[in-house]
Amino acid sequence: MTDLYIARGPRLAARVLASETVILKADDSGLYVLNEVGTLLWGAADGTTPLATIVERVICPQFDVDEASALQDATEFVRELGSHNILSVSDRPMTGPDTAPPAEEAAR
Amino acid sequence: MSSLLDHVMGRATDLALPISVHFDLTYRCNERCVHCYLDHEDHGELTTSEVKDVLDQLAAAGTLFLIFSGGELLLRNDFFELLEYARGLAFDVKLKTNAILIKEADAIRIRELGVRQVQVSIYSHRAEVHDAITKVAGSFDRSIAAIRFLKAQGLRVLIANVLMRQNVGDYPGVQALAAGLGAEFTLDPTITPKMDGDASVLSLRIPTTHLLQVFTDKSLIGESAVTPPPGAPDLEAMDDAPCSAGHAACYVSPYGDIFPCVQFPLPSGNLRRERFEDIWRHSKQLEEVRAIRLRDLPTCSVCSLQSNCTRCPGLAYMEGNMRGPSSADCEKSLMFEQARSICETN
Repeated sequence: MTDLYIARGPRLAARVLASETVILKADDSGLYVLNEVGTLLWGAADGTTPLATIVERVICPQFDVDEASALQDATEFVRELGSHNILSVSDRPMTGPDTAPPAEEAAR
Repeated sequence: MSSLLDHVMGRATDLALPISVHFDLTYRCNERCVHCYLDHEDHGELTTSEVKDVLDQLAAAGTLFLIFSGGELLLRNDFFELLEYARGLAFDVKLKTNAILIKEADAIRIRELGVRQVQVSIYSHRAEVHDAITKVAGSFDRSIAAIRFLKAQGLRVLIANVLMRQNVGDYPGVQALAAGLGAEFTLDPTITPKMDGDASVLSLRIPTTHLLQVFTDKSLIGESAVTPPPGAPDLEAMDDAPCSAGHAACYVSPYGDIFPCVQFPLPSGNLRRERFEDIWRHSKQLEEVRAIRLRDLPTCSVCSLQSNCTRCPGLAYMEGNMRGPSSADCEKSLMFEQARSICETN
């Protein structure tokens, strides 16, 4: 399978509330709430780490799931977010200013 | 989106997070609106580094929705630096401005920085009426020009039309103007006392007959917006908080003062003396506001108009008792009930 790279989309606002990430798009006021897995993927979406590595290092250690299934689910998930411009998804590493900063996690 | 927003607001309330903050960057202004509640002298605004520190603290506390307002926020020479810093912390930013300083290059920068909405105050579709309220000749033309610049960048613009005696008949014209500009439109009949308690501006409030006219105007409420008659007081609702002020929202003044809300000037702490988190978690004033439930309101909890009421605890506070009624909201509720009867009859 080709490596995928994910980066947070531009012109987004985001905040982590407990285990959820709330994301708001400046362009159309679209509001999205990511669950715990989505929050982990969002936090790791630096544009340079392959999705497979994120799944192996960040997702699998926290959930009782085999790596192949997790990668398949994660791939579908990031492509869905990509269709909403929440994530940029590419088969090449991405760098540049056009990505949202990571969502700060609210202190509790 | 509204149910998801309800989920987010509910989550923030459950977690006691200040998810929404209104931050006035300055009280200085280049207009002198007849109804304004602010003292426009600069009594020691937060510096650039102090504002950035506050923004850091708000982001860490969980704030997502951030309103930058004033005064006129573009009078701050560091405005774009602060806006860029706020966006770097991934806040959702809305601006409230009179827009008369916004030129094309500013609109481009606002768009680049990912602002979600710009709210511009327009008082009339007639330049002479608008300018008489702002007391600045040419302000109408400059604000409208700025709206065109903002819209040309694809930005979402909300025209806010505050209703008062001077412009009460003009809102259909402002509504049409907004439509022509591709802007959204909101109408607000609320005139509040000045922050120093001076209530003289309340004489500008529109008469109740005009309020009734507004509440029955189909162009504003739509054809099917007739609400059901108020029912018996909802016992479950008695355990609800009156509003989000102090629960999931608060206000920061240009001097670092924390209030529960921009319309609720109860001094609850100052960011030059304490960290935001300490004020938010431990302020006695915020704790008092948070402890109030609808059942604790001696007059409002037994009022027959309760289910139609949009009681503002801040306005009640400014009238002397945060647990009491707000006369402006009582009046609105009465007119709303009359409007409902009229709409039902027609």
